[in-house]
Amino acid sequence: MEPVIEVSHLCRTYQVAQKKAGLLASIRGLWKAETRTVEAVRDVSFRIEPGEMVAFLGPNGAGKTTTLKMLAGLVYPTSGTARVLGFQPWERHDAFRRQFSLVMGQKNQLWWDLPAADSFELHREIYSLERARFDRTLAELVEMFGVDKLTRQPVRELSLGERMKMELIASLLHEPKVLLLDEPTIGLDVVAQSTIQRCLREYNQRKGATIILTSHYMRDVEALCSRVLMIVSGRLQYDGQLGGLLDRFGRIKLVRLQFEELVPEGLDRFGECKIIGPVAELRLEKNRVAQALSAVVDLPGLVDLSVQDPPLEDVVAMAFGSGAEKP
Amino acid sequence: MSAGPLPVSAGPGLMGSLKKYLRIFRVSLVERLAYRADFLLGTVLRFLPMVTSVLLWSAVYRGSGRDTIEGYTCREVIAYLLLVHVSRMFSSMPGLAAGIARDIRDGTVKRYLVQPLDLQAHLLAYRAAHKFAYILTSALPYAGLFFFMSSYFDWPAEPWIWAAWLTSLLLGFLMGFLMEFALGLLGFWFLEISSFLYLINTVSFFLSGHLMPLDLFGERMAMVLKELPFQYLAYFPASVILGRETPETVIKGLLVELGWCLAFFIAGRVALRMGLKRFSAFGG
Repeated sequence: MEPVIEVSHLCRTYQVAQKKAGLLASIRGLWKAETRTVEAVRDVSFRIEPGEMVAFLGPNGAGKTTTLKMLAGLVYPTSGTARVLGFQPWERHDAFRRQFSLVMGQKNQLWWDLPAADSFELHREIYSLERARFDRTLAELVEMFGVDKLTRQPVRELSLGERMKMELIASLLHEPKVLLLDEPTIGLDVVAQSTIQRCLREYNQRKGATIILTSHYMRDVEALCSRVLMIVSGRLQYDGQLGGLLDRFGRIKLVRLQFEELVPEGLDRFGECKIIGPVAELRLEKNRVAQALSAVVDLPGLVDLSVQDPPLEDVVAMAFGSGAEKP
Repeated sequence: MSAGPLPVSAGPGLMGSLKKYLRIFRVSLVERLAYRADFLLGTVLRFLPMVTSVLLWSAVYRGSGRDTIEGYTCREVIAYLLLVHVSRMFSSMPGLAAGIARDIRDGTVKRYLVQPLDLQAHLLAYRAAHKFAYILTSALPYAGLFFFMSSYFDWPAEPWIWAAWLTSLLLGFLMGFLMEFALGLLGFWFLEISSFLYLINTVSFFLSGHLMPLDLFGERMAMVLKELPFQYLAYFPASVILGRETPETVIKGLLVELGWCLAFFIAGRVALRMGLKRFSAFGG
């Protein structure tokens, strides 16, 4: 099958204005602005097949959003090529724009003072959607997101989570084949987050749509995406299964020890040790785990012992760190 | 022959496009009508300065001891100042340019890159709705005002003058929109244009004849001002309904106004194209 998205050797540099401190420098800057070149995206290549759900991971300023913007046709690349649904996105063909959606944070496409239903109607016109099909899609989406009673209420009176749901409904009304989401759950509570996750999964399964999202919530990524692309300092550092990240960057295991009463002293000789009441948590290099275990099993008062993978957040943080070391 | 309609890429066609923007007009209208009270208050507040102008100009004429200044009687000047309000009711575009510049700065404008929606056509439909709602809600208070001050007016009997007035008002709306739209797009090139817009607004207040009839600036100055586009925002429609224009000058005026509309339309299209290109080049 043809890939939905094909990106090869995509690069993007920015000229960033450099302002020196002080009045004199500011006055000089009026004539001659000094700029610095920032390489936001460097030589990124990947292919995404129809129906995939992919997460872009990376620290702030790593180039995730710039990549997303290039896929949406908002930004021209400095070099390299990208094809989305067979189109060059930055040519912005109407035929292309009718087939994808970009949701970027809370900068909304909804009319603040009107009920969401009115904005949805407007979307129908903007995308020239057939009445019957539009009504059906809207009914489906409203039920899926569970916002039945809220579509006739002015958007300004909705909560952040409800607004985000409306925003997503608006972006799905024209049944896009590609959905680009920048931080879709930022600032939302756990319930709203999981509703949105469930709906995105459902949409993906029902319509076979391709979804790409950036998120800082590992919960989103774990729940939705089997594949992650990790971008650090503009470079693609990892492309593969989420689980593979653990193997590659999770060189650490967590050994959890529970004691009857107090944790005996001297555990830090094995490695980094965190003590919470009667529980000690050791962070150990994988190859030292066996050795440490044989030493701790005989400790007096030990009631329970387990070996775990570190939380995904920690693995990702480690991976970000390792990427940043080699610019 | 094309190979039949594509399921998704088939564009809406001209009628479809028109329908799209008519729908935007309708939704905007509903939005505006949510602010009825604000409207009414705004209209009433606009009447207050008029009282001052009436008093001021009566004093000017009394002080000068003359019946006419540059061909205007006191009565005519006051009628003119009231009629200029009607001109501005159509041509003023509060916050249009500043709003465009703000949308460019905070990135909201990217919506027009992502969706099959044209910024200029969208804003025109939106503004038309605002104007429609505004004129609808202020028609009654204005009618009251004109009735109350009817002693200042000699309404013309010729239907062509009324038709010309209406045309000049509608064209005034169009030109006001196209001009402000083009100005707002400067936001693509400059981070902050509010002081520039303030300057333009202030200058326009004089040059459009909002303050007083252009003829009162002196013959030579008035000649220059009547070559500029600003006069169509205030002076020209008022001058038409006051019966100060001949059929020839009315036709010439309307044609030149149409020309200005076209010029600002093209300027806006070109600037929009270049601006969006620049926006995409600089990081969206």
